[in-house]
Amino acid sequence: MTATVSTRTTAALTAESLTVRFGGLTAVNRISFDIPLGGIVSLIGPNGAGKTTFFNALTGLYHLAEGRVMLGDRNVTGLSPNKIANLGVARTFQNIRLFGLMTAEENVKVAMHGHMKSGVFSTILRMPWQRHEEKAAHDAALELLDFVGIGKTAGEYARNLSYGDQRRLEVARALALKPSVLLLDEPTAGMNPRESAIFTDFVHRVRDEKNVSILLIEHDMSVVMRVSERITVLDRGETIAEGGPADIKANERVIEAYLGKSGTEV
Amino acid sequence: MTVSDIATVTQAPKQRRSFVKPSMRWPLGLLVAAVAFFLFYYFDTYFARAVPDQFSDFMHQWLPLLSVNEALVYVMCAVGLNVVVGYAGLLDLGFVAFWAIGGYTAGWLMSGFFHTLNFRFFGSAFTKVNEIPGIHINFWTVLVAAGLICALFGVIIGAPTLRLRSDYLALVTLGFGEITYEVFYNGNNVFGKNISNGTQGITPVDSVRFFGFDQTGALTWKDLGPFDALPKFVIFVGLAAIVMFASMRIREGRLGRAWLAIREDELAASSMGVPLMPTKLKAYAIGAVAGGIGGVAFAIHVSGVLPDRFRFDISITLLAMVVLGGMGNVWGVTIGALVLAWTNSTALPQVQKAITESGADVEVGTTLVVVGVALAVLGVVLMIRGVSGGLLPVFIGVLVVVIGGALLYKGPGTSFQFLVFGSVLVLMMLFRREGLIPEARTRLVLREQERTDAEGLGADMEDVAPELEALTDEAIHVGGVAPTQMIDGKETKR
Repeated sequence: MTATVSTRTTAALTAESLTVRFGGLTAVNRISFDIPLGGIVSLIGPNGAGKTTFFNALTGLYHLAEGRVMLGDRNVTGLSPNKIANLGVARTFQNIRLFGLMTAEENVKVAMHGHMKSGVFSTILRMPWQRHEEKAAHDAALELLDFVGIGKTAGEYARNLSYGDQRRLEVARALALKPSVLLLDEPTAGMNPRESAIFTDFVHRVRDEKNVSILLIEHDMSVVMRVSERITVLDRGETIAEGGPADIKANERVIEAYLGKSGTEV
Repeated sequence: MTVSDIATVTQAPKQRRSFVKPSMRWPLGLLVAAVAFFLFYYFDTYFARAVPDQFSDFMHQWLPLLSVNEALVYVMCAVGLNVVVGYAGLLDLGFVAFWAIGGYTAGWLMSGFFHTLNFRFFGSAFTKVNEIPGIHINFWTVLVAAGLICALFGVIIGAPTLRLRSDYLALVTLGFGEITYEVFYNGNNVFGKNISNGTQGITPVDSVRFFGFDQTGALTWKDLGPFDALPKFVIFVGLAAIVMFASMRIREGRLGRAWLAIREDELAASSMGVPLMPTKLKAYAIGAVAGGIGGVAFAIHVSGVLPDRFRFDISITLLAMVVLGGMGNVWGVTIGALVLAWTNSTALPQVQKAITESGADVEVGTTLVVVGVALAVLGVVLMIRGVSGGLLPVFIGVLVVVIGGALLYKGPGTSFQFLVFGSVLVLMMLFRREGLIPEARTRLVLREQERTDAEGLGADMEDVAPELEALTDEAIHVGGVAPTQMIDGKETKR
């Protein structure tokens, strides 16, 4: 397993007693969690358990009531989402949030914004360094699209891509940030079992070739069990179990949490 | 070599058919129109015998040089507003403020307004100007200064307000436009100081030193007086071209992509490392620069600055130009600005004049009202019958009634103009929302169905593995297939 060399700590990202409150409601309550360097870990739990809230808290979209987030050695608590993104935490969204009226290539290039430097005047005058930077961005974008397997769609508007390709484009866009941590929010939602299985391999390939540590929120248990090295189970904003796939499968509280939920549903 | 030669030969007919590269059609077309227009007025002014009288009269009536110059000022401002509204998706109802600030910058820096000072910098060389004290700075320098001042104001206004969401932002910009107007309107006494001469405005503004023509039509280097509209036309075409060119270049670059991303989805954009506030502020500032340039050009056009030219309705007209022309597309916005400015300044007054002169306004007005009512009734009947196209006759009918009513009323020209103007806007929004020449993206969103929506539905139905089922299933078969084995068993993608 390849690991990022620059950081000394063993975790790519650490959350310490993270708490998010909406008014009087505590959506995420003192969750401590870490993503090991080069690891693939999952976050599961019934609907409303606080998984996506936890994600949004990590990426700076929500204000933390308590706790802190460390990216390697660096404290990123309270930074704005764009700063956290540029420091190396990339994410995808549960309900795809691409820039629909931009082409696949442009979508990927948007995420390179923070890595590019050319200003307004060099853009107007098309200075040599600006052209060079644009060319590099173009090449990098095409390479990323090829990597996720949708190189042919570079010129298509994102909203016209098929569902699966949109999911792939979201990953390509996230990877354009050159992240050290990749957060995938229900990446296989809406995929059929075969597509989900292919996706599992894809996650491994991303981890190995792009040197990222991956955190996954997932509903599809078969995917979770296959892909994760460690699973954390949330219920009502709290951690109720943590361990390898086999441990989680055997865990009474986990099954209870899910069955309890099924009792209220339908 | 030979292979490529053959390829060129076989492709040759195709290339010949498209004489001009598609991307160059608009700029070349507009350039040709500008040159033709310039040549006409050049010969008309200096070699009157070269132009047939009837043609000359027609042009002076329907395409006067002064109204085209004014339309070009509108182009600069509309293209600037397009950066804010079309690119970054921020609704701005007070854009005229930047136009005004640019205009007053010209007023302050190019006139005898500050009569206690006497500062000159390559300014106008009219003997009269040389005798008047005040600040007399060269036109091109003032352009840059106005751009910078407007950018600064853009940031000052934008910084506290751009956190607001669309509707609230629109209201704040509306207020900003009104405040700016009021400040200049009542600017003859701001805490005892005169900053704008109030309702009288600042006149005259210095002339521009530029290439002009003497009585024989020969090219000279001179100060452009009030009758040198033709050289000003050249300057305005140049300025408009620069503004258009710059805005298109910026759109294609890093900043333009960030604007579009924000327009599409703010949250996703910020999660992809695009800083929201700085990016929006840049849109505001860059749009303001174009507004400032337009302001200075307008001050030159009318040789002065008057607060009444910066009313709220100009903001709305500019916004209408952007929307009608095709939001986000510089060519569309340019055409929209030219057409609307021309309609306002020339076409509607000409139509009204022609009707009034014919002396038939009562007859024509009555006929129009009758025809309009008939059309509207027909439309309503169609709609009741369930025919989908019924809305069109209703609105055309209403439009015709409005025009006819205006003729019968014989009211002041402006009210008639705005009636027509407003009705055209309503019609456009009903039948061609994307504008005259829309950006491909806008057309897409308004005219084509979205794939994701439909597939999202299908995907939901296909989603046959609810988590509960999977978990209980796996929980029952604990120790079934080990995770690693399953990964190895799958065929690798690609």
